[in-house]
Amino acid sequence: LVFTEEDKYGLYSNLLFKYFLAEGIVCGHDLFVASAKEHPDNILKELPAPLLDDTYGKELGDEAAAVKSEDFQDSMKIAWRYQNLPKMEASPTTYTKFGHYYDVSKKMSPELCQSVKWHSFYLHEELPFEPKMKTCNMNSGYARLLQSIQRIISQEGFDGSDPQKKQRNVLRIGIQSLGSILWGDDVCCSDTPEDTHSLTKFLYVLRGLLRKSLSACIITVPAHLIQNKAIMERVTNLSDMVVGLESFIGSERETNPLYKDYHGLVHVHQIPRLNSLICDVSDTKDLAFRLKRKLFTIE
Amino acid sequence: QGKFTLLRDTRTDGSFLVHHFLSFYLRAGCKVCFVALLQSFSHYNIVAQKLGVSLAAAKERGQLIFLEGLKSCLDLVFGEEEQPGQPSPLQFLSTSDLRALFDFVRVSLAPADGDSWKGPVLLVDDLSVLLSLGAAPVAVLDFIHYCRVSVCCQLKGNVVVLVHSNEDSEDEENELVVNSLCHHSDLILWAEGLATGFCKDVHGQIKIIKRLSLRQAVEQDLVQIYQYKIQDRNVTFFARGLSAAVL
Repeated sequence: LVFTEEDKYGLYSNLLFKYFLAEGIVCGHDLFVASAKEHPDNILKELPAPLLDDTYGKELGDEAAAVKSEDFQDSMKIAWRYQNLPKMEASPTTYTKFGHYYDVSKKMSPELCQSVKWHSFYLHEELPFEPKMKTCNMNSGYARLLQSIQRIISQEGFDGSDPQKKQRNVLRIGIQSLGSILWGDDVCCSDTPEDTHSLTKFLYVLRGLLRKSLSACIITVPAHLIQNKAIMERVTNLSDMVVGLESFIGSERETNPLYKDYHGLVHVHQIPRLNSLICDVSDTKDLAFRLKRKLFTIE
Repeated sequence: QGKFTLLRDTRTDGSFLVHHFLSFYLRAGCKVCFVALLQSFSHYNIVAQKLGVSLAAAKERGQLIFLEGLKSCLDLVFGEEEQPGQPSPLQFLSTSDLRALFDFVRVSLAPADGDSWKGPVLLVDDLSVLLSLGAAPVAVLDFIHYCRVSVCCQLKGNVVVLVHSNEDSEDEENELVVNSLCHHSDLILWAEGLATGFCKDVHGQIKIIKRLSLRQAVEQDLVQIYQYKIQDRNVTFFARGLSAAVL
């Protein structure tokens, strides 16, 4: 369960969200996209196009003219964890082995988008809620989303329930701007929200669904709007990985010469420690990102 | 015997202590009831195997009663209507009432015919989650109190509980629970991330506090501080400033 704290205007976290979905398409995974803000159809039309291996070197040459080759190989790759699949190590010198690279200036072709099965949940277009579950005093928007996710996991056999399926696949779930007022939650509006437990209960049930199926999920949350920090602490404990994006737009760091090549900072608040006593802590935790015309890089 | 141990972590993940106690008590031949709220059974099983214990085997021979919170939650939320006489231990998600969870613990550790296990143990990972799921701090403290009476006093067993705490935390409910538990613990193991930030050779510091002042007329608690490094199958402890990387 990857939890991303959105940057103030949601620009970069949206990009990260789209990267997650794009990677799913390129890997042939099924997608489940949920939002109360943007219609999932529109989100999927705006995914970045993958860079093919032969053009990659050239793109890199254009972008990285000022960067020495050994500097680039130290770039951080974002590691995704899949249930039941061995963790893939990304060695710093062979960057083409894990994951794919994308060209932000081009959109993914509709043919490629349609090549995978995808499910969407747009809160405002959902039919009236007929709960087939116990909602446990949870906000109805969250309860509906959980019911929808559980239905897809069960129907499509991601929880191993359909023995007919020979090829098991992974479900990538992306949930945009959870906690915002658009979901019917007032946790972003006041520091004493009426319902302090809906968001955390939702995350707990979601965590249960993820653990029981071949799925991975990214959630973006407008954390800067959540005034009740206690809730943020609890949400962090319920997630496997927590990453915060801080953009320099409109902040005093924009003019700081130290950051002149970058657009913002990446704060890794928590990394997963699953199935092991140790966790994979990289050497450095001071990360910044920049968005050039074609590439989004984290260094 | 009859001891309450509090595991606490700040700025770091103290779950290595949970893995330790789980394999420690199983190897010692105790009957263990493990309330695992945040991770799946297979997660603990894989780590326990590295520490030399098979949780699956322990479960099979009745030595380990494992409550997989995440799975029980799914059963409760998406499952069939539950039988009236058998409320789910996770019922507090709907009702904020922790009695069903306590009954689960009590029944699990009640001595059964043919049991030859040494002393019962209750292990909880982690208590802070209960607050996130709608239980009131007082209810959580009551739950622990009932468990102590039942496990420590009546059954002469041990209780080990993990809580999280952040420095400058704004989670007042959690702070209340943690502080209250500290006052009533016999032993506190407090894992803290280093104030200077992440370090490859020293993952954190552990404070061991023996609450001698609780039971005896002694005024001072005994406090020991070590640093530690977590490895794949082991955790090494050393005196502060004396990690192998430095020597």
